[in-house]
Amino acid sequence: MRQRTAAFIRRRRLTPYALLLPSAIAIGLLLFWPTIQIAEFSLQNYGLPQVTGVSPTQWVGGANFSSILADPEFWLSLRISLVFAAVVVPLTLLTGTLVGLLLNRLGPKMAAFVSSAAMLAWATPAVSASVIFIWLSDPDGGVVDWALAKMPSWLGGGAHWAGFSWTNAPLPAYTLLTLLVVWQGFPFVAVSVLAGLKTIPGELHESARVDGGGAWRIFWRVTYPLLKPIFLVLLLLSIIWDFGVFTQAYLITGELGNRDEYNLGIYVYDRAFTMPPSYGIGSALALILTVILLIITIGYVRASVRQGAVQ
Amino acid sequence: MRLRSRAARRAGLNVLGVLVALVTLFPILWMVSTAFKPAREIYSLTPHLLPSHPTLGNFRSVIDGKVIGLPYWNFLKNSLFVTLSSVIASMLISLLAAIAVARFRFRLRTSYLIMLLIVQMLPQQAMVIALFLDFRSIGLLDNLAGLILVYTAFSIPVTIWMLRSFVAAVPREMEEAAAIDGAGPMRIFWRIMLPLVAPGLVATSVFAFIFAWNEFIFALTFLGTDTAKYTLPIYVTYFYGRGTVDWGSIMASSTLFTLPVLVFFLIVQRRMTNGLMAGAVKG
Repeated sequence: MRQRTAAFIRRRRLTPYALLLPSAIAIGLLLFWPTIQIAEFSLQNYGLPQVTGVSPTQWVGGANFSSILADPEFWLSLRISLVFAAVVVPLTLLTGTLVGLLLNRLGPKMAAFVSSAAMLAWATPAVSASVIFIWLSDPDGGVVDWALAKMPSWLGGGAHWAGFSWTNAPLPAYTLLTLLVVWQGFPFVAVSVLAGLKTIPGELHESARVDGGGAWRIFWRVTYPLLKPIFLVLLLLSIIWDFGVFTQAYLITGELGNRDEYNLGIYVYDRAFTMPPSYGIGSALALILTVILLIITIGYVRASVRQGAVQ
Repeated sequence: MRLRSRAARRAGLNVLGVLVALVTLFPILWMVSTAFKPAREIYSLTPHLLPSHPTLGNFRSVIDGKVIGLPYWNFLKNSLFVTLSSVIASMLISLLAAIAVARFRFRLRTSYLIMLLIVQMLPQQAMVIALFLDFRSIGLLDNLAGLILVYTAFSIPVTIWMLRSFVAAVPREMEEAAAIDGAGPMRIFWRIMLPLVAPGLVATSVFAFIFAWNEFIFALTFLGTDTAKYTLPIYVTYFYGRGTVDWGSIMASSTLFTLPVLVFFLIVQRRMTNGLMAGAVKG
C-alpha cells in the first residue's frame, strides 16, 4: 500500500513534465535550435559555395559584424526601422485609446458593432491588407489619388495628385505603410483598453465628475493611472510588432530591390537570400535584430509578471 | 433640458461610432467591390463604391487559373491542408501543456510560462534563415510538411497561453467530485475537462488557423519555384508585380483568401479576444 502511494506520488510529480514534453520538443527544435544556429552562422563565412559543398564553412570571427557596421545600408535600414516605430507606435496607441474610450461610452449593441468592424481590420491577413492598400493608392484607378485630386487646395488636395505614385519613393511608401499598420494595429489596442476600462468601477469616474473634473482631467487623473500597466504592455508589444514589420513592408516597397526603402527586417532577409546568398551576414544581422527585440521583450515580460499574468 | 442634451450626446457618439466602423471597413469593402467590377469600371476616372454592372468574370479567371496556369482549388487545397494539419497538431500539443501549467504546481512552471512569452517575440525573418538551411539539408523545402512543422511550433507559445486561461476556468471541484466518485484521470479528462474546455479550444484553434492561413515569410522562402505547392498568400502576391497588373483578379483572389478568415473570426470573436488578452494583456 505504501509502495503504491509512493509510486502514485512519483507519477504525479512527473505528470506535468510529461504533459509539457511535446511542446518542449517542438519549441526546442524549431525555435531554440535555429536561434543557436543563427548565432553560430553569424561567425562563419556561410554562402553559396558552402551550401553546395564546393568549399567548407570557416570561422571568420567578427568579420561579418564589422562588415555590417561599415555598411551604410545597414545604418539606413536601422534608422528607417527606428523612425517608423517612433511614428507608428504612438499613432496606433493614440487611435486605439480614443476608439477604446468611444467604445466604452457607446450602448452595448453599438459597441459590439463598432468593435467587430474594427477587429475585422485586425484579422485581415497581412498579405490581403497590403495588396488592398497598394490598390487603393494605385496611380491608375486608385481611389486615394482620385480623392486627393478632388479635394480643395487648402486641404492639400489638387490636380497634381492625379497619377501620384505612392510606392516609388521611401517617404510616400512609408506614409502608406504607416496608414496600413495603424489600420491593422489600432483595433487590438482599442479592445484591450476597453477591457481595462470595464474593470474601473463607475463610482470612481462619478466622484471625479462630482469633484468638477472635465473629461481631459478625468482621463489623466483617474483612467490613465489605473490603465497604466495595460498601456505599458501595449506599448512594448506595438514596438516589437512594428519595429521589424516584414510582410507589409516587403509588399509595399515592391518586394526586394529598392534598397533605399529597406527596413531592418527586409534588409536581413535580402542579405541572407538575394543571389548570391550570404547566410553568414544574414545571420549576423538576424542576431542583431533578435537581440534588439529580446531587450524590448524582457521589458514586456517584466510588465506582464508585475501584472500577475504568470501565476 | 438636461435629458435632451444627453440624448443629443448619445446620438453624436453613435454617429462617431458608425463613422469609425465605416472608415475601418472601407478597405475591405473596396476589395470586395473591386472584385465584382468589370475592367472598364475598375480603371474608370470616377470610381464608384459599388459596381454598376457587377460581374463574376474576375472570380472566374481566378478560379480557372488563367494567370498562373493552375486552378484556384489547387492552392486552396494546399492552404487548407497546411492550416488544418498544423491547427490539429498545435491543439493537441498545447492542450497537454495548458493542463500542465494550469492544473499542476511544479518547479519549472513559472520559467516555462516566461519562456513561452519570450519565444513568441523571436523575429521570423531571423528564424527563417536557419530553418531554411536545416530544411534544405533534410529535404523539407518545397514540401508542405515543412510548413506544417513550422506553423505548429510557432503557434504553440500563444495557444498554450490562451488555453491555459480556459483550463484554469474549469472548476476544480467538478474534477474532485468525479475523482471521489471513482473516475480515473482519463475519464475525468474526457467527461469533464474536454467538454468544458471545448469553447476555449474553438477560440484558440481560430487563432492558430488565422496564423497558419495568413503566414507569408516561411511560405515565400520554402516554396521557391514549385508553383503547384504555393499556399494562398503566395498565390495572391503572385499576380502582383508580374508586368501586367490585373487588379480585378488580384482583388478577386484576395477576397477568396480573406473572407473565410473574417467569417471564422466573427463567429468566435468575443471569446477569442478575451483569450488573446489573457495571453498578452491581463486587464
